[in-house]
Amino acid sequence: MFEWPLLSFVIWLPIVGGFMVLASGDKAADASRWTALGVSILTFLMSLPLWFAYDASTAEMQFVERVAWIPAFNIEYYLGVDGISMPLIILTTFITIFVIVAGWEVIQHKPSVYMASFLIMEGIMVGVFSALDAMLFYVFWEAMLIPMFLIIGIWGGPNRVYATIKFFLYTFFGSVFMLVALVYMFLQSGSFDILGFHTLKLGLTEQILIFLAFLLAFAVKVPMFPVHTWLPDAHVEAPTGGSVILAAIMLKIGGYGFLRFSLPITPDASAHLDWLIILLSLIAVVYIGFVALIQQDMKKLIAYSSIAHMGFVTLGFFIVFLIANNPDANGGAALGVQGGMVQMISHGFISAAMFLCVGVLYDRVHSREISAYGGVINTMPVFGAFMVFFAMANAGLPGTSGFVGEFMVILASFRADFWYALLAATTLIIGAAYTLWMVKRVVFGQVANDNVAALQDINNRELFILTSLALAVLILGLWPAPLVEVMDASVHNLLQHIAITKIP
Amino acid sequence: MTFDPMHLIPVAPELFLLTAACAILVIDLFLKDEQREATYILAQIALIGTASLALLVGGGERQVVFSGSVIRDGMTDLLKASICVIAFGAFLYAKEYLKDRNLFKGEFYTLGMFAVIGMLIMVSAGDFLTVYLGLELLSLSLYALVAFDRESGRGSEAAMKYFVLGAIASGMLLYGISMIYGATGSISFAGIAEAIANDAVNNTIMVFGTVFVVIGLAFKFGAVPFHMWAPDVYDGAPTAVTMIIASAPKIAAVAMAIRILGEGLGGINADWQGMLVILAVLSMALGNVVAIAQSNIKRMLAYSTISHVGFIFLGLLAGSQSGYASAMFYAITYALTALGAFGIIILLSRKGFEADRLDDFRGLNQRSPWFAAMMLLLMFSMAGVPPTVGFFAKLFVLEAAIRVDLTWLAIVAVFFSVIGAFYYLRIVKLMYFDKPADSAPLQAGMDTQIALSVNGLAMLALGIYPAGLMAWCVAAVA
Repeated sequence: MFEWPLLSFVIWLPIVGGFMVLASGDKAADASRWTALGVSILTFLMSLPLWFAYDASTAEMQFVERVAWIPAFNIEYYLGVDGISMPLIILTTFITIFVIVAGWEVIQHKPSVYMASFLIMEGIMVGVFSALDAMLFYVFWEAMLIPMFLIIGIWGGPNRVYATIKFFLYTFFGSVFMLVALVYMFLQSGSFDILGFHTLKLGLTEQILIFLAFLLAFAVKVPMFPVHTWLPDAHVEAPTGGSVILAAIMLKIGGYGFLRFSLPITPDASAHLDWLIILLSLIAVVYIGFVALIQQDMKKLIAYSSIAHMGFVTLGFFIVFLIANNPDANGGAALGVQGGMVQMISHGFISAAMFLCVGVLYDRVHSREISAYGGVINTMPVFGAFMVFFAMANAGLPGTSGFVGEFMVILASFRADFWYALLAATTLIIGAAYTLWMVKRVVFGQVANDNVAALQDINNRELFILTSLALAVLILGLWPAPLVEVMDASVHNLLQHIAITKIP
Repeated sequence: MTFDPMHLIPVAPELFLLTAACAILVIDLFLKDEQREATYILAQIALIGTASLALLVGGGERQVVFSGSVIRDGMTDLLKASICVIAFGAFLYAKEYLKDRNLFKGEFYTLGMFAVIGMLIMVSAGDFLTVYLGLELLSLSLYALVAFDRESGRGSEAAMKYFVLGAIASGMLLYGISMIYGATGSISFAGIAEAIANDAVNNTIMVFGTVFVVIGLAFKFGAVPFHMWAPDVYDGAPTAVTMIIASAPKIAAVAMAIRILGEGLGGINADWQGMLVILAVLSMALGNVVAIAQSNIKRMLAYSTISHVGFIFLGLLAGSQSGYASAMFYAITYALTALGAFGIIILLSRKGFEADRLDDFRGLNQRSPWFAAMMLLLMFSMAGVPPTVGFFAKLFVLEAAIRVDLTWLAIVAVFFSVIGAFYYLRIVKLMYFDKPADSAPLQAGMDTQIALSVNGLAMLALGIYPAGLMAWCVAAVA
């Protein structure tokens, strides 16, 4: 085990760095860009020991830090990671580097504030994933809204004010009820320790109410049908970096919440209401897939595709109850949760890459409409290749990371119920349809107009971003075993835990 | 009972401030207009002296002096110091504003100091008579302050409304006190509590009296449905006076409520809890919803205060130690937040221009990124978004409410706080996302700038480390 407070470093280094960048102001814009990049790379390097020094053989919390914070209410500064949260932290620190690089030239209006916002966001998001005290979690969870609110509102598109207020109020509304549930459990257990909540005995009615409070918070964040409507607006209006962080990491926080809170704290209610989540997930997969098909705006299309992909994540998490109840299924419940987790990480890479691709085009043509493009491959061959690759990954082509998670979840669904699996599997068709159709219209064909004819292929900066993400997608697609292994003990521990009733 | 000079020590802060206020009043007479700054400096010294004195004579065992009419305990130490600090900030922010409007008179400061004395007396009251004296001293000073700008018709109108409604409220309170006195034969809180504990009271009269006392309290707090004076007074009064009304008196009102309801009527908690629940729900609902419709920021903040009062009641109605501590925490931090918000409004105002419309905040980020950031912190604190202190204030009162099995009330409260978030966000939106309509640079003295920065950053500092103040609040009610 590491002796020094590694998690605290990964949380506070970018926050402190962000405030330094903020203080340096816009007079030396380049200096603040380089500082931001340096801080983000340093943070990523600091987070790597979490992966390498992690002991995957146990489900115990590791790198634990624990000091009293507000003794009057037994609130602690309590950090730690397990196999579920650790990969998400690495994802966060990894993606942030590209967000900083992606905003390098495009952001000319108050660049230091832009860079600082993302660094502060990074620290806060790592805090969300590593908090083991419910109140600390909640503070990070809500604090995240402030920088994102500003990012969309200041650097967003024409309708940004509407989008950002909608985003803020939606998420704020979702999470306040979770606050009430957390306080309620604090009064039952005497502390805000999340692991203590896991072992807290709760009656079924209490569990259902707490489950619904959590559901509201996490469903908005994921987002699940029917509370997904903020996402397309926020994505379309956000600057590229904001979209990337939203899709790649913030959505994962909702999924993570299900694993850290809903399932272990209210296992009986989860088993009771699994049909609801499965239903909503399947609606997300099928219906939202069709919605994505008709989009005219590239960012909107990817936003809807994100909702559909996140439907897989929630499906994987809650299908375990059906598998447990199905006498024909011989085990395999872990497959669903692991599939959901792999899907989250993979979607983090792919959606980030897709949004960055759209960003590359938008920076040149200033349009997100599919109809404004056509035949991009003729003028931007390198970029075209990348975009096709990521589109394939988004559609779940074997060999890319997009396939692994979806396949695991579909496999798990088969053990639960054939029809669920069938519905889930339609995504392979619908997903391929909307992504490839978009690629066909944007990338292939004849050069559509003068704008496209004037396009310059990607520069080294963009090449670096897209290559790194492509490598990540490929590695995870070809060799997902390390990721699955690292979370294996934690997932099995979780499944054992939720199999035992908590009703006193 | 013989007079013991040692009894004067617990009331030393009040005595000191009273002496200082009288002395400053006289000194001010001999000052020329250009020397008026001296009055200001003396008043500030007096406030600092009072705060230090409150902490100096404080600490240690609870002391009850003057036949039980005055109390000094942990609560008085904390609240007296807080009230003086808030008043200090208000005097500081007000200075430039008053100068620009030809209102920079010694009377502003002496009236302000008398209001502070009233609040200090309310905080340390041990019986109804003392509470009433403190309350009237506070109210009369505030009535006069609201009408401080003689030329302003709106100011006079607001003062008149405030006076008439305030007088009715005082009457209600007195009527309630007389009922309780009739039922228990005592006006000291300890005596009333004892009578209730001995079951020697007529319950009907007692509850009847309590209703009137609660109405009187609700008037002073500005809780719905006794809030009608608040928007007009906030709007009509000079901003510097609105700042005073909106901040420190809330702390004194909480102290008054804890003394009356907790120490005096704690035995019949079940009876007044229901009344406070109604007041709390109505205040949060009406305050937050109506605030959305306001285009004048002073009126908006008036409704926002009403909704915050609803939250304070959430802590009070729990009737528990932790509930009182959380209400106190809420009131202190809210007073600090309101002080900062009005400080920013004053910063935006200048000679011949009142920055009291929401639109005046347009593009503040481009005019002054630093103060826009301070206002951002203040607004997020009011909305209750972590990591600002407003979140913890809300968390603590919610905890108190859930602890007494009023989970449904907590759900109602968080629901309305989401609605409330909208109009605070709107100010952030105006500051950050809109183009400035007015490019005049902000003018402020170094002292105001430093105070506003400390005030804004305190939202963050207290949010990251709320434990210290909370521990103090918990110790104060223990």
